[in-house]
Amino acid sequence: MKSKIREKVDICVIGAGHAGCEAALASARLGLETVIFTVSVDSIALMPCNPNVGGSSKGHLVREVDALGGEMGKNIDKTFIQSKMLNSSKGPAVHSLRAQADKADYSREMRKVLENQEHLIIKQAEVTELLTVEDIEHLDEFNEVMPYEKTNDNPVIGGVKIFTGAVYECKAVVLCTGTYLKARCLCGEAISYTGPNGLKAANYLSDSLKNLGIELRRFKTGTPARMDGRTIDYSKMQEQFGDEYITPFSFSTDPDSVQIDQISCYLTYTNEETHKIIRDNLDRSPIYAGVIEGTGPRYCPSIEDKVVRFADKDRHQVFIEPEGLHTNEMYIGGMSSSLPEDVQLAMYRTVPGLENCRIVKNAYAIEYDCIDANQLLPSLQFKKIAGLFSGGQFNGSSGYEEAAAQGLIAGINAARYVSNKEAIIIDRSQGYIGVLIDDLVTKESHEPYRMMTSRAEYRLLLRQDNADIRLRRIGYDIGLITDEELNHLNEKEDLIKKEIERFKSTIVGANDRINSFLEKYNTTPLKSGCSLSDLLCRPELNYSCLSEIDDERPSLSHEVCEQVEIEIKYEGYISRQIKQVEQFKKMESKKIPADIDYNDVNSLRKEARQKLIDLRPVNIGQASRISGVSPADISVLLVYMEHKGK
Amino acid sequence: MKEDTIAGIATALSNSGISIIRISGHNSIDIVNRIFKCSKYDNLSKSESNYLNYGFIIDEDNNIIDEVLVSVMRAPKSYTMEDVVEINCHGGILVTKKILDLVVKYGARIAEPGEFTKRAFLNGRIDLSQAESVMDVINADNDYSLKAGIRNLRGDIKNKIIKVRDELIYEIAFIESALDDPEHISLEGLQNRLSEEINGEIHVLDSLIASYDNGKIVKNGINTVIVGKPNAGKSSFLNMLMGHDRAIVTDIAGTTRDALEESVLVEGINLNIVDTAGVRDTDDIIEKMGVDKTLNYIDDADLILYVVDSSVELDENDRKIVSYLDSKKVIVLYNKTDLKAITKEDDIKTIFADSINVSNITIIPLSVKDNKGMEEFAKCIYDMFSLGKISSNNESMITSLRQKNNVEDALSSLKLVIDGINNGMPEDMLTIDMTNAYASLGKVIGEEIDDDLVNEIFSKFCMGK
Repeated sequence: MKSKIREKVDICVIGAGHAGCEAALASARLGLETVIFTVSVDSIALMPCNPNVGGSSKGHLVREVDALGGEMGKNIDKTFIQSKMLNSSKGPAVHSLRAQADKADYSREMRKVLENQEHLIIKQAEVTELLTVEDIEHLDEFNEVMPYEKTNDNPVIGGVKIFTGAVYECKAVVLCTGTYLKARCLCGEAISYTGPNGLKAANYLSDSLKNLGIELRRFKTGTPARMDGRTIDYSKMQEQFGDEYITPFSFSTDPDSVQIDQISCYLTYTNEETHKIIRDNLDRSPIYAGVIEGTGPRYCPSIEDKVVRFADKDRHQVFIEPEGLHTNEMYIGGMSSSLPEDVQLAMYRTVPGLENCRIVKNAYAIEYDCIDANQLLPSLQFKKIAGLFSGGQFNGSSGYEEAAAQGLIAGINAARYVSNKEAIIIDRSQGYIGVLIDDLVTKESHEPYRMMTSRAEYRLLLRQDNADIRLRRIGYDIGLITDEELNHLNEKEDLIKKEIERFKSTIVGANDRINSFLEKYNTTPLKSGCSLSDLLCRPELNYSCLSEIDDERPSLSHEVCEQVEIEIKYEGYISRQIKQVEQFKKMESKKIPADIDYNDVNSLRKEARQKLIDLRPVNIGQASRISGVSPADISVLLVYMEHKGK
Repeated sequence: MKEDTIAGIATALSNSGISIIRISGHNSIDIVNRIFKCSKYDNLSKSESNYLNYGFIIDEDNNIIDEVLVSVMRAPKSYTMEDVVEINCHGGILVTKKILDLVVKYGARIAEPGEFTKRAFLNGRIDLSQAESVMDVINADNDYSLKAGIRNLRGDIKNKIIKVRDELIYEIAFIESALDDPEHISLEGLQNRLSEEINGEIHVLDSLIASYDNGKIVKNGINTVIVGKPNAGKSSFLNMLMGHDRAIVTDIAGTTRDALEESVLVEGINLNIVDTAGVRDTDDIIEKMGVDKTLNYIDDADLILYVVDSSVELDENDRKIVSYLDSKKVIVLYNKTDLKAITKEDDIKTIFADSINVSNITIIPLSVKDNKGMEEFAKCIYDMFSLGKISSNNESMITSLRQKNNVEDALSSLKLVIDGINNGMPEDMLTIDMTNAYASLGKVIGEEIDDDLVNEIFSKFCMGK
């Protein structure tokens, strides 16, 4: 047969990791014919690093993804083996959910969801080339692009070509290549040109991207060793249990259905001996020896980094986490490394409980091609290539949750682009997703971007517990949330409202019963009557203990009670944060004309002018967050716009 | 943005030694070239930048109007960042106006108030807070005011605020880093340190706000009300004040007040005196004016001058007057010391102590008839309003209401931080108010985008006309 296969779909998603799965599901669920490419169908939704989902601020992302209609939350609810609400002793803004996953289960369940999704095709193939609409017009029967004169316009995506030469024509492409592009793994002096977990790297696509004018850079990340569980002495470690009451990630999961028996994790510590071994062998670390060109994440440091950076600390935490129920492999959290095998073994064996450990998989660092996401619009579409979207680690982030969040938004917006709808942009006041994407596309970043609580200015409003209240309706309008899910939210909000009203209008008197209750909780007795909500505002009291004096209390779900408590207890703070958001929105609403000529704005400083020309922010708010653009520059810009407008 | 060419007299219009006419805009060199003759160049466009050219201004009939020095400052190295020409001519209102007329005749437009500054601002020569200060300088009507405006430019306030902001951002960052990395960063003991620091910052902001009152006095003068019974000598005192050799009288054009307001310069500060003389020729002035109106005046006043006739006894009217003076700055003018004293100074002290519990009332013996007591009065004003402090160089002052409001916002945010600490709020809640304080202070020094300020400046500069 002479001719090569040519197919036509709406959207091609390249990569089936956490970003790719969300992107493909979103696009298919919105009714667009979608194909998802992966180098191996066995690696769909693979968790090549930590065996958990969520964690500080990442848990927020997962719940937001769920609120918008993504899959990650539902999938972890099906496959978790331990769950914990982190920081529960701190304020509600920093509570964050984290669940240990059965990795194999997680991957298998996600694959099942993909396989059963209408409009979605899974294709095991390495995509080697992106094709523009012009390229497609000039294909011969072997799918080779014949020479032609390219126009000067910004290219428009027309399809992809895979390793076999087959071409998939499409209207939009979502790049979710993760860590696979020209991947290189390093374990000390031993270097292999593979993707994560020994999987095949993707070595062709990078050049095609460069030809399209995309600037690539190189980042690195790493993972710790996996141990044979039989060689670990848990008696020397602290056992870490899951929560008694398990909060599911998905707002669609019935909380009763996830109250399962959980497995434990274990905590142990490094010590001076560990640190000495690391220090003595730093010259053999590819990073410190300069072999690694990629920049690693400061916030997810290798154990070498920690020892160097926190030289005054005599120990660091090490978490021993199971990789799943059907394997005895244990993940050594907190000790990722790219040191050589022999040093790794010696180093791990200094840790209490790991004295006799056997390594199943060595720790390694991985280097890969990715982009500076400043090349993207807030919709995650490339500024200079119509129809090309990207999400996940390819955009310079790190973490499954960050990937899923971007994948979802990129998938939604690719679908909306194909359907001629306006892009969905979650702003910084609406969700961590907004913070994540805005940071990626606006700010300078020289290392893999990790979501952190501190990055969200409005974190008291962006709590993990109210992600549904914040985002479900947006998800519904997009078309990823069902009527049933929306009704559930409406009912919940209604109950919250009623209960808050009841709390504010229920007056308790200054009688003996009340005062002895107050004394019991070490808080001042009443002199005159006050409302239940006044009492709830006292630091010593909470919603649950007030039931002792609240005879009329209706029976409400845990989720409703939680909202009532937070809304009342932190009312002042919440309202002040809402004011901050109003100020923020004011700046976001000042759109910068797309045709603005920054060279005409006389008094911008040179650096600011260049940054603005390069980045072309969509509004004043975004402009103000560009590093190198000062408030004075923004004032100048505001004055210019005001002046021009008149 | 190509603008038309504007012209204005840059010096005060008086018969002083030298006047400067400033022309700014892309036609400025061309316009002046047509009325300027000098021996060095046949065309002003050949003049070097920032050099004084000697020559003559001539009118269309080639008559010499004046002998002048002309300088050319080319864009962007000029005050407005446009081409600027300045004509230094010999004072004289007539000559100066005539030259300005010529400039207008050849295509310039008379500048609106503050328009040179507006252009400097629009062209990015100065930033918003500087523009605000420049407006203060332009509007300054006394020496202290001018100094305050210039000090703002120099950044005294800025440094104080930067220091508070630096402390705040350090603690915010510390709290946030502990949220992100609880393993390595502990918040233990933070709340004590924080509350100490924040209290210190509250103190700094308090003093900045207090300085606004000084600043306001510097800018707007001291709002003063004279009270006292009929014939106590109020109007003769005022006459004496106005006739005093250090006083200048200016009428402030009619506002909505029924009472006449006069402005008198004492120790370099304007006393804006509400003179109730026209409405008080009755037994009960308070009755006559209406208690409300009097109270309003007293409420707004920075200073009450209470004139007492020492030659008659104190009565119910005095008690009534004193009862309204609670928590005000009061100077009792113990008048008619040339006559036999019926009321003693101690009697006045007693009435203040009994009526409003004030024990240290300031009393100045005065004789309008003998023209005695003015020196003491002036000194008393000087001390009471710390004018010595205001004129000293290291005292920063806040002179704009906008700045004051922002500092006040910051202050209330800091107080909320203290409340939060006392109520055992988690640290990440405290950062909400700390961030607000940080932002409010940023607005004062232009480190935070403040579109209100942009609007204010726009309205001050009469934008859009």
